[in-house]
Amino acid sequence: MMASSYNAKDEDGHITVSGPGGGGTLRGKKPENTAFKQQRLPAWQPILTAGTVLPAFFIIGLIFIPIGIGLYVTSNNIKEFEIDYTGVDMSSPCFNCSQNFSWNSTRPCTCTVPFYLEQPYESNVFMYYGLSNFYQNHRRYVKSRDDSQLNGNVDSLKEPSKECEPYAKHDGKPIAPCGAIANSMFNDTLELFYNDPNGTRVQIPLTNTGIAWWTDKHVKFRNPGGDSSNITASFQGTSKPVNWRKPVYELDTAADNNGFINEDFIVWMRTAALPTFRKLYRIINKTSSMVPTLPRGNYTLEVVYNYPVRSFEGRKRMILSTISWMGGKNPFLGIAYITVGSVCFFLGVVLLIIHHKCGNRSNSADISN
Amino acid sequence: MDFTLLRNIISRYCVGEEIWVDSRTVYIGHKEPPPGAEAYIPQRYPDNRIVSSKYTFWNFIPKNLFEQFRRIANFYFLVIFLVQLIIDTPTSPVTSGLPLFFVITVTAIKQGYEDWLRHKADCSINECPVDVVQQGKVVRTQSHKLRVGDIVVVREDETFPCDLILLSSSRHDGTCYVTTASLDGESSHKTYYAVPDTMAFRTEQEVDSLHATIECEQPQPDLYKFVGRINIYKDKEEPVARPLGAENMLLRGATLKNTQRIYAVAVYTGMETKMALNYQSKSQKRSAVEKSMNAFLIVYLCILISKAVINTVLKYAWQWSPDRDEPWYNHRTENERQRHVVIRAFTDFLAFMVLFNYIIPVSMYVTVEMQKFLGSYFITWDEEMFDEELGEGAQVNTSDLNEELGQVEYVFTDKTGTLTENNMEFIECCVDGNVYIPHAICNGQILSAASSIDMIDSSPGGYRREHEDLFFRALCLCHTVQVKEEETVDGIKRGIHQGRPTSFYISSSPDEVALVEGMKRLGYTYLRLKDNYMEILNKDDEIERFELLHVLNFDSVRRRMSVIVRSSSGEYLLFCKGADSSIFPRVVSGKVEQVKARVEQNAVEGLRTLCVAYRRLTQSEYEEACHHLTEAKLALQDREQRLAQAYDIIERDFVLLGATAVEDRLQEKAADTIESLHKAGMKVWVLTGDKMETAAATCYASKLFRRSTQILELTKKRTEEQSLHDVLFELNRTVLRQRSMSGLSVDCLDFGLIIDGATLSAILKPNQERAGTGNYREIFLEICRNCSAVLCCRMAPLQKAQIVKLIKASKEHPITLAIGDGANDVSMILEAHVGIGIMGKEGRQAARNSDYAIPKFKHLKKMLLVHGHYYYIRIAELVQYFFYKNVCFIFPQFLYQFFCGFSQQPLYDTAYLTLYNISFTSLPILLYSLVEQHVTMETLKRDPSLYRDIAKNSLLRWPVFLYWTCLGVFDAVIFFFGAYFLFDNTTFTSNGQLMTTNTQMMFGNWTFGTLVFTVLVFTVTLKLALDTHHWTWINHFVIWGSLLFYVIFSLLWGGIIWPFLNYQRMYYVFMQMLSSGPAWLSIILLITVSLLPDVIKKVLCRTMCPTATERAQSSRPCLTVEPSTIFMLSQSSSRMSF
Repeated sequence: MMASSYNAKDEDGHITVSGPGGGGTLRGKKPENTAFKQQRLPAWQPILTAGTVLPAFFIIGLIFIPIGIGLYVTSNNIKEFEIDYTGVDMSSPCFNCSQNFSWNSTRPCTCTVPFYLEQPYESNVFMYYGLSNFYQNHRRYVKSRDDSQLNGNVDSLKEPSKECEPYAKHDGKPIAPCGAIANSMFNDTLELFYNDPNGTRVQIPLTNTGIAWWTDKHVKFRNPGGDSSNITASFQGTSKPVNWRKPVYELDTAADNNGFINEDFIVWMRTAALPTFRKLYRIINKTSSMVPTLPRGNYTLEVVYNYPVRSFEGRKRMILSTISWMGGKNPFLGIAYITVGSVCFFLGVVLLIIHHKCGNRSNSADISN
Repeated sequence: MDFTLLRNIISRYCVGEEIWVDSRTVYIGHKEPPPGAEAYIPQRYPDNRIVSSKYTFWNFIPKNLFEQFRRIANFYFLVIFLVQLIIDTPTSPVTSGLPLFFVITVTAIKQGYEDWLRHKADCSINECPVDVVQQGKVVRTQSHKLRVGDIVVVREDETFPCDLILLSSSRHDGTCYVTTASLDGESSHKTYYAVPDTMAFRTEQEVDSLHATIECEQPQPDLYKFVGRINIYKDKEEPVARPLGAENMLLRGATLKNTQRIYAVAVYTGMETKMALNYQSKSQKRSAVEKSMNAFLIVYLCILISKAVINTVLKYAWQWSPDRDEPWYNHRTENERQRHVVIRAFTDFLAFMVLFNYIIPVSMYVTVEMQKFLGSYFITWDEEMFDEELGEGAQVNTSDLNEELGQVEYVFTDKTGTLTENNMEFIECCVDGNVYIPHAICNGQILSAASSIDMIDSSPGGYRREHEDLFFRALCLCHTVQVKEEETVDGIKRGIHQGRPTSFYISSSPDEVALVEGMKRLGYTYLRLKDNYMEILNKDDEIERFELLHVLNFDSVRRRMSVIVRSSSGEYLLFCKGADSSIFPRVVSGKVEQVKARVEQNAVEGLRTLCVAYRRLTQSEYEEACHHLTEAKLALQDREQRLAQAYDIIERDFVLLGATAVEDRLQEKAADTIESLHKAGMKVWVLTGDKMETAAATCYASKLFRRSTQILELTKKRTEEQSLHDVLFELNRTVLRQRSMSGLSVDCLDFGLIIDGATLSAILKPNQERAGTGNYREIFLEICRNCSAVLCCRMAPLQKAQIVKLIKASKEHPITLAIGDGANDVSMILEAHVGIGIMGKEGRQAARNSDYAIPKFKHLKKMLLVHGHYYYIRIAELVQYFFYKNVCFIFPQFLYQFFCGFSQQPLYDTAYLTLYNISFTSLPILLYSLVEQHVTMETLKRDPSLYRDIAKNSLLRWPVFLYWTCLGVFDAVIFFFGAYFLFDNTTFTSNGQLMTTNTQMMFGNWTFGTLVFTVLVFTVTLKLALDTHHWTWINHFVIWGSLLFYVIFSLLWGGIIWPFLNYQRMYYVFMQMLSSGPAWLSIILLITVSLLPDVIKKVLCRTMCPTATERAQSSRPCLTVEPSTIFMLSQSSSRMSF
């Protein structure tokens, strides 16, 4: 009965007629005496009072502060070295390269950046390149890719998604990999040399695999034609991205790091969240337990300067960092934990005082009532 | 002549409206009237098909869609959806299309199903067999083939297929009995009368030979009104015209009882029947909560638009340099480049709108509606509001107003049947000042008639004797009581006389039954009405017969009724009974003073009094009266008015006989209920048609006025002495003085005001001294504001509504509630914000027109204090929480625009955008809004003052709204910048130790969004958990369940390469995030920080300045909950079914 009247009202101005014979029985039955219908389900009825919250505050404080200290110490133990090689200043070694940049130049511009590591880096060292003011999270940029092409779909290879526009076709040929992200892939080559105190220059071996997500490399990204050995043939009929110097099937010599499954490419394709970002470039594996991975001393960074950033006032950096269980160097989390923990502790104390005073007052008020 | 003819033709055929005439002519049996009969305008009547369905198979989709998109919210979402389809927007059309599609489809399916049910019901109704007389034979046909003018045969226990005029019945007196239970809920049998000229017809042939037309008004929805005329043509004679009234009209939906068979002619069919006209919906009432919700929506719409504008402006400011607009790595397509900058800016604006549109969620409307609809079931399910006697519980006619029950400030209640039982008991009568009291009934036996009269003042005399006889006869004759014979009832408890079949009295007015039964106890038994003769068994066991000539029915304006009878000796007598105020002015002789004194004394005791008078009519006077009445009854237009005039002429020059007193006991717990309402801060007004003394006595009995209450009178008696102006000003001064004094002292005197109808209308009278009237009204309201209780007596039904309207329109705009049981309360029930009907003895009209119907007045307490309170806090939390969670949801997205070059890049994945409001956060709040009990029911009932805590829409006021919004913004800022700083400098990387590969990998923008979203879902859900005071297992299930659902969904969504999607951006994002330690740590940290301020605010408020509700909550554990909880547990474990 109720439902029908509700509907009658709901459907503005609509007539509900219970005809002869129907709707005669208005007499309802006695409602059932169930806990749910009588709104008497057994329930736990917690109340947030100073008394109950106080211990929670102290506990949070006591847990958070040690965690925060732990995080802070760990973060401080992480060694990190950062060097900007953009070449904005006249004095910087890459100034010439950055000034004379042109897309068409056939001769690569190289520059050498020396630097000094004050501390030895003990464990595995991760080498990053960092870009600033580069909007990888711009909407037009983020969507400018074709995941199905990258997954090895042959149809998408021949006919890239229109999301890739204006980087979908070049001279009538489909671009592989299409889209703005792929087109703007970071293509500086960074090499690291250790200047031995005795004068020799030792090239430090850089590993270029294992830098992308395992799932990306093995599931999400696939070369067209699957595992067929002839990767060049599978990209037949496609054009290289406009800004690339070599086609996608020549990114690396190793077959399992070539084409779409090139890890540098995969890393680049994961668009960064913020306009200032760093991406993993190489890993320097620890070779022996005796020698530090990167001993203290002078180093040289050799850059093949291909990537223009001056036009949008961007910066390029090279970062060397060790890592801990909690990732790279960032004191923020530790500080935040310590702050929140102390605030909770402090609030706990304040509440305790208030609770003590007001509790007495309200108790006495209750009694007087 | 020609000209008028032409004009007639033009008006008839060209101007559609002119064809409408205010009466219709029906040819009985479809026979043409004899030539020479009045010209008529042929009309087309609909067939008897009932169409309650709204759609047909073909128009369902377009019509339903049109109906749905007429709602402003749906239309808004449709526009957003279309914008997404047309322009290149950040989110795919799916995100808004899917929820909209879902809502529309669910609604369409629901409406379609209901319509299908209606179709089925219509079909079965339209195809049910009906017997029609055609060419002297009974032909069986289907109901929908019935036409106006058909003669229908209806048998016992059948329902009438359309509105019929009774021609003849198988009963000799031409009456039939009908129950209208399905129309107005009154199960008593009502008598209907056949047209006198045709009542003798017995066979089909006879009926078929009838040659007559019926003129009647066009269909109108009033069930109790019908005006018409039947013209019967007999061979070559002048047609005989007879009046037709509601007593001749059998309504569709009613059922024939105790009568074998009737013949009747159809006058209104199909959708024109009174029943069909009556089921049209009433005007929509909107609750205060809904109004504030709409206000909040407008604020949010403004926020939405300003966000979009700000972002658009900033975008173009930022993009001023072309390197930012189009750096080498991110070119536009040629098409986009060619677009004009204004168009580009406009599309950008729209795109921002689309990006932020989730701040006004579709799901809020759905959730609010579901909450109201499902929540209202708790009222109908409530066992405590079930009345064993009636066999009925509370009814909800509108679920839109549930929360308004928690906001009531003024309660307007009827007296009779609402505060009192309307179970009348005859107490005494007084004839010329001599009082007669029937002895109490002992052991259910009625004492013998002679001994039961106790004469207090015995002063025998011929005159007295004569008046006494007349008085008792008057009470036995002047009524509309029916005698119902019931053979099956055993025992003698209501027997008229031993040895005869037992029978009892039925009447629409309980006063009459009480009077007739009282007379029986005094020795005068009304036996029956047979062939227009009323039979009375008098004290000496003799049967007296009176011919009933006319009944001048009771109405609430005249407040009296009369009968004209002819005694066996041939005397014409007019008996009249009615309210003292309507009788005394018409009395010319009799012991007025004594009777008046007695009446007043009885009234003070709270008894209902009626005065009885008579008048002897001479033959010529009778004929004149007859003439007046017949003329008025035959009138087709203004019949009501003319009847009233006729009554006025006839009912005068009375001789006063005496008065009766009937007690109407207070309803069970009425005083307790009123006291609770007072404590809850509501002002209770009693509006009654009764006398001031009676009403005041009831008010004292029901504790509306206490002994300490200072009564202010604003009655006609007083205004006659002083001018209204002076009285008003004096009262106002009294009240103000008191208030200024009571500012200091705690226990102030409270005031009660008594006002009567006449004074009220004088106050409200709009004309005269223009400046003064506004003043009167204001002063009156000022006085009322300071009175805790007001009694308005001598009110006409319309005045009741006027009072409600007056208070509604006063400057505080208080929420009003009207409660009543009778037809005279309908106007105020419809007028008040919340109308409550009591399923009383005076029929169902009040209950039918109300928003909620309850069996007894005492149920009002639980309805308001418990249900109303709960509904209010539930919906208030629902509304605030919905806005809060969407601020939390969308504000990070707004902040993100500053870091992505204002490119409308969404922060969250499409699936998250779509499902956030539909599934991740919808169920906990819906469940909260259904089952939350911040305080136990017992506490709410025990402590009515808790109701004051939520008065004046306190949980939805602007400061509270602002608090919630600020909390939302704060949380959003925490989510966003927390994640921002963690991402800022690489910490936020997975070190891969947990994974098989030994690497450190970078996270992208989707991980960033997922992190924010995870914190968001958890925070928002836990915030609700903090607000929940009543954790049943369902709450646990839903809250933890929906968090679990989010995690499982995310794992699944990221775990598979979805073949139908053209992007795989979420692939393994969630898992990678969870595999990183800092992600866990930061999720925990951010949730803690976001919840912290709210917890602190709660604890501080509770400790520093607790509200009454909070005090009740904290005092709870030690007092009542323990035993009751244990009891509940044991109870529910024994019966775990629901």
